[in-house]
Amino acid sequence: MINRLVLENLKHRRLRTTLSALSIGFQVTMILAVAGLSRGMLEDSRNRAKGVGADIWIKPPGASAISLTGASMPQSVLRYFRGVPHVKLATGTAIQPIGGISTITGIDYDEFVAMSGPFRFLEGGPFQGDDDVIVDQYYAEQQKLKAGDTVTILNHQWRVCGIVEPGKLARLFVRLQRLQELTNSEGKLNQAFLKLDDPARTPEVIRYLKSQPELTGYSVYSIEEFLSMFSMSNVPGLQAFIYVIIGLSLIIGFLVVGLTMYTTVLERTREIGILKALGASPFDIVGILVRETVVLAVAGWAAGILLSLGAHWLINTQVRANLQSAIAPDWWPIALAVSLTASLLGALYPGLRAARQDAIEALSYE
Amino acid sequence: MEPIIAVRDLRKIYHVGDVDVHALRGVSLEVPRGEYVSIVGPSGSGKSTLFHVLGGLTSITSGQVVVDGQDLSLLTDLERTRLRRRKVGFVFQRYNLLPTLTAQGNIEIARYFGGKQGPLEKDFLEIIRLLGIEHRLHHKPRALSGGEQQRVAIARALVNRPAILLADEPTGNLDTENSEAVLDLLRSLNHRFGQTILMITHNPEAAAYADRIVHMRDGRIVREN
Repeated sequence: MINRLVLENLKHRRLRTTLSALSIGFQVTMILAVAGLSRGMLEDSRNRAKGVGADIWIKPPGASAISLTGASMPQSVLRYFRGVPHVKLATGTAIQPIGGISTITGIDYDEFVAMSGPFRFLEGGPFQGDDDVIVDQYYAEQQKLKAGDTVTILNHQWRVCGIVEPGKLARLFVRLQRLQELTNSEGKLNQAFLKLDDPARTPEVIRYLKSQPELTGYSVYSIEEFLSMFSMSNVPGLQAFIYVIIGLSLIIGFLVVGLTMYTTVLERTREIGILKALGASPFDIVGILVRETVVLAVAGWAAGILLSLGAHWLINTQVRANLQSAIAPDWWPIALAVSLTASLLGALYPGLRAARQDAIEALSYE
Repeated sequence: MEPIIAVRDLRKIYHVGDVDVHALRGVSLEVPRGEYVSIVGPSGSGKSTLFHVLGGLTSITSGQVVVDGQDLSLLTDLERTRLRRRKVGFVFQRYNLLPTLTAQGNIEIARYFGGKQGPLEKDFLEIIRLLGIEHRLHHKPRALSGGEQQRVAIARALVNRPAILLADEPTGNLDTENSEAVLDLLRSLNHRFGQTILMITHNPEAAAYADRIVHMRDGRIVREN
């Protein structure tokens, strides 16, 4: 019976109920979108890192494992790596930010292809001139580029010589030497990759490299170790950012539900008086408001999941070169807990106010 | 036979800011089971306060009030809530139906608080028929006339078979025709089911439907006839 009253009460003010649920939905979307973006972008980076085909990944001293750029190492170190026992191939790349979180990567085409396997060209082909750029499908779609088009990057005109399938380290590739010239970093690399004659020897080679005095300060990772670093806890500030979003969601949910329930209690003063006259205890009155709040929170949560799926689709179809979103169902219970907590906290004061309402005063309320 | 309502030297003082308002100044009243009593008096005479005290909606300052064997002066707030569930039925001037529920929902929620669920009892269905609302049960209050709303309110008040039915100006918002219908119904309920009724009214014609009329003024009972 109480459940029927709760549902009828919510149906009675459809617009307010819908707006409240949507407001809760937006806070849920905020959490799920941030979680989905974090995961999507890390998964994308992980997959692209995997696409290099290396067994060992080397970062220069002072560089963090999954930073986009940072410190550099001399290109000559590649010769040293090639002399290490069991190293079959060694290559290196330079990375340059081009705005936001997008980067352009300089590669030695032949060395890179030898390590990762050939690019799968959807249009065009390999570099022909120094000012050629290879872009991946996502970047081409987002920027509406075709092979032969000209694109300005780093204040420099590049000709799109080829469009490739995504999944190989970067979205934009140019000749290593050209990028080094343009960025005044001749002879410098941001990372190096090694392919071994036998991947099973990876731990042995890593031990050897780490024991070399000339490589002191260099970070040497097996590909498995490197890929495992693509997690939320390894990205500086990401965890804190997510906590901030959850905190903001709690505050928004608290305010929205608090305001909704406060106006509800004011509007229903007389009805609360009636319920008390019928024998409802303060506990019953709070119980009714709590149930309404829970329904709002759960409806808002469901709406938030739908909205987050919409946001996921939008991101992955419109801006997938810059942002990648993943669906994060393991975050759904967390979002539910946040929306329930915020909503119940918001309903606390109005609920207590309703419970304390004097029945006689409530019944004479106009 | 022990009266169903026994009030002895009842006093009720409200504190309004720094001022004490003496709403009841030593009221004594006995109502035998099955009696229909009207309480009349001008505004401020204390009749509404008496209504609220008998209904367990407010505590008393001193004196004794016994309803169906329960001494209200000894009850806590929660115990008075329980008293309202089972022993008291209220009918208000403004009907006070819950607007979001149907007529049946309004009756059922009172029954729910009274601790009962499931289909309505046969003898209560007879009351529904007597009230003439059997075809209006699935309508919400806004679709009912004033007279129909008041009849639903009476059904709601009776669903838990209360010891006393308290009616506060039950015809105050009704036209003459509907007023007479409601008053006839209250009298029928009293005659056919032995329902004890206390009705507050300003209207001498309405008061005349009762077995006894109690006149109040300045917080006291001044006359009975």
